[in-house]
Amino acid sequence: MDFLTLIQVLDSTVRLATPLLLACLAGLFSERAGIFDIGLEGKMLMAAFFSAAIAASTGNVWLGLLAGVGSSLMLAALHGVASITFRGNQLISGVAINFLAAGLTVLIAQDWFKQGGRTPSLLSGGRFEGLEWPFAIGPQDAEATGQPVSQLMKAANPVQQVYSELISGHSVLVYLAFLAVPATWWILYRTRFGLRLRAVGENPAAVDTAGVSVVGLRFAAVAICGLLCGIAGAYLATALQAGFVKDMTAGRGFIALAALIFAKWRPWQAMGACLLFGLLQAVALRFQNIELGPIVVPVQVMDALPYILTVVILAGFVGKAIPPRAGGEPYVKER
Amino acid sequence: MEKMPKWADVVLIPLISLLLAAALSALVILAIGEDPIAAVKLMVDGALGSSYGWGYTLYYATNFMFTGLAVAVAAHAGLFNIGGEGQAMLGGLGVAVICLFIPWPHWTIALLFATLGAGLFGAAWAAIPAYLQAKRGSHIVITTIMFNFIAAAVLNYVLVNVLKPASSMDPASARFSEAVHLPSLHELLAPLGIAFSKSAPANVTLLVAIVACLAVWLLIWRTSLGFEIRSFGKSEAGARYAGISPVKITIIAMMISGALAGMMAINNVMGEAERLVLNATEGAGFIGIAVALMGRNHPFGVFLAAILFGFLYQGGAELALWTKIPRELIVVIQALVILFTGALDNMVRIPLEKIFLAFRREAN
Repeated sequence: MDFLTLIQVLDSTVRLATPLLLACLAGLFSERAGIFDIGLEGKMLMAAFFSAAIAASTGNVWLGLLAGVGSSLMLAALHGVASITFRGNQLISGVAINFLAAGLTVLIAQDWFKQGGRTPSLLSGGRFEGLEWPFAIGPQDAEATGQPVSQLMKAANPVQQVYSELISGHSVLVYLAFLAVPATWWILYRTRFGLRLRAVGENPAAVDTAGVSVVGLRFAAVAICGLLCGIAGAYLATALQAGFVKDMTAGRGFIALAALIFAKWRPWQAMGACLLFGLLQAVALRFQNIELGPIVVPVQVMDALPYILTVVILAGFVGKAIPPRAGGEPYVKER
Repeated sequence: MEKMPKWADVVLIPLISLLLAAALSALVILAIGEDPIAAVKLMVDGALGSSYGWGYTLYYATNFMFTGLAVAVAAHAGLFNIGGEGQAMLGGLGVAVICLFIPWPHWTIALLFATLGAGLFGAAWAAIPAYLQAKRGSHIVITTIMFNFIAAAVLNYVLVNVLKPASSMDPASARFSEAVHLPSLHELLAPLGIAFSKSAPANVTLLVAIVACLAVWLLIWRTSLGFEIRSFGKSEAGARYAGISPVKITIIAMMISGALAGMMAINNVMGEAERLVLNATEGAGFIGIAVALMGRNHPFGVFLAAILFGFLYQGGAELALWTKIPRELIVVIQALVILFTGALDNMVRIPLEKIFLAFRREAN
């Protein structure tokens, strides 16, 4: 494997890690506030569909993003009403949301576009294009020199290869996702809101005693979760791919959940976990079966590895993952 | 004092939840531009109007009885087994191994051992998350979700690399031999002089499912193990004080649950497809959640709810055939049922309790 191939795998790692990272941070806000969310998958799927549908019909990807975030927020509100207002089972609510999204997206897609549960392919205005950084090799250079980008990239020096292939050329949502990591860290550990958010996931009664609304905080956390899942879904349908297809999240919501546990509910570690799982996906995508000397690692092992790692971490064989203490339990005010 | 009579809890609340789900589904059908009443008629005709329709309804219902019972048994122990799908996949593997590699003389013996094999594989797949929850404290819901994905990868690997005949491109096992063919309801009912559709897939497994319902009822309410499972589910601290081992109950309850989910495979793998294919479970493991919630974790409730969902499945297929309504409507209905009977239970329950209290006050 040469250097450029390695850089290309890392480049696709970044692309594939982005939706995982956004969904993982979404889950982080929700679970840190004590609301378990296994409905990340459903919210992403819903947002993927609505962003693609609106982007396809208006030709404006930003309106698509807005629609995607809106639809994800609706499902987040449903999760909030079920698990905060009516103190229902948060896990069951998440399961219901996943199915609701899986069913409704295909139902509406079929009704609107009649293409067997998918949206039309998005044309250039309906997609998030890659941002070309200054001095990076991109389509413009290809036009100027008359050579394809891949040729130019091969001829460039390693620094330029890293810069052009790995750092430049992603859509704005990718950069946004990676900026969301320090932002999340700052909100969680350096603001009053973050302190209260963490407290409400550990000991809601104490927060309540301090005169801060448990319900308000938890709804805020669930809303942030909806927002981030919405961006994640929109990225899937309008940046990573060009349009919505049935079940296009393909378990990414659960991989994000796995990454969250892997990271023990902390933002920087979440980025590390998502990059690791993104790398696994990128490698599986590029190489299928991997030969390590005499042993051949089948592609199915790569597919299952995020889940296996999560099980191992959860079981505490490699450092213990302890969830927020009040997670999953509805808060009942004492009378 | 009970806030509500028991019948209201057991019958009224699920019914109201079902009505809410049905009303919302009707709105969805209206929004698509179809007539909900005509849709219901079509569903009833297609699923219950002929022995062919019944054959499919009962076939689906058989799957859902097993997965519903699986969720219910775990729920009695206070565990949420979301891994029925993976356990059913592994059950399929168990059935395939038993049916492919042993020359059975007669289907009855094959059925017995296939049931055992499916149950063992399913139970083993559930035992790992159960052990990790009981001994290592990892959350059973997360682990069973992860095990669904791992099961899919295992099945994919085994089908592509081990069980696939060399001549075939399809990721599926070879066909089972004629000797392990399970009699369909047509073949069972014909000697009794009852005509039943030849092409419908409902088979003798339906009877196994009904026996399983009875067995679960006996287990939960008539054995000391069932008593231990229920007390553990109600209060772990209480059960521990009474000398019940949490580790033992968690593992045993999950293994029974996994065995039941795995046994679904004798219906869909041995009874219908007669070979193991990818995605043989078709989401039935998840429908078990809706079925158990709807049936209030009681075997008889699960039996009825499974038939209801069997009807929805077959009716939904008919809708997709004759109208613009896609099959995914069923997924939406399933989601609404889970939402109303599970997550939004209090939304229905609290107003109802108030009504009953008001009536009681007037009566006094």
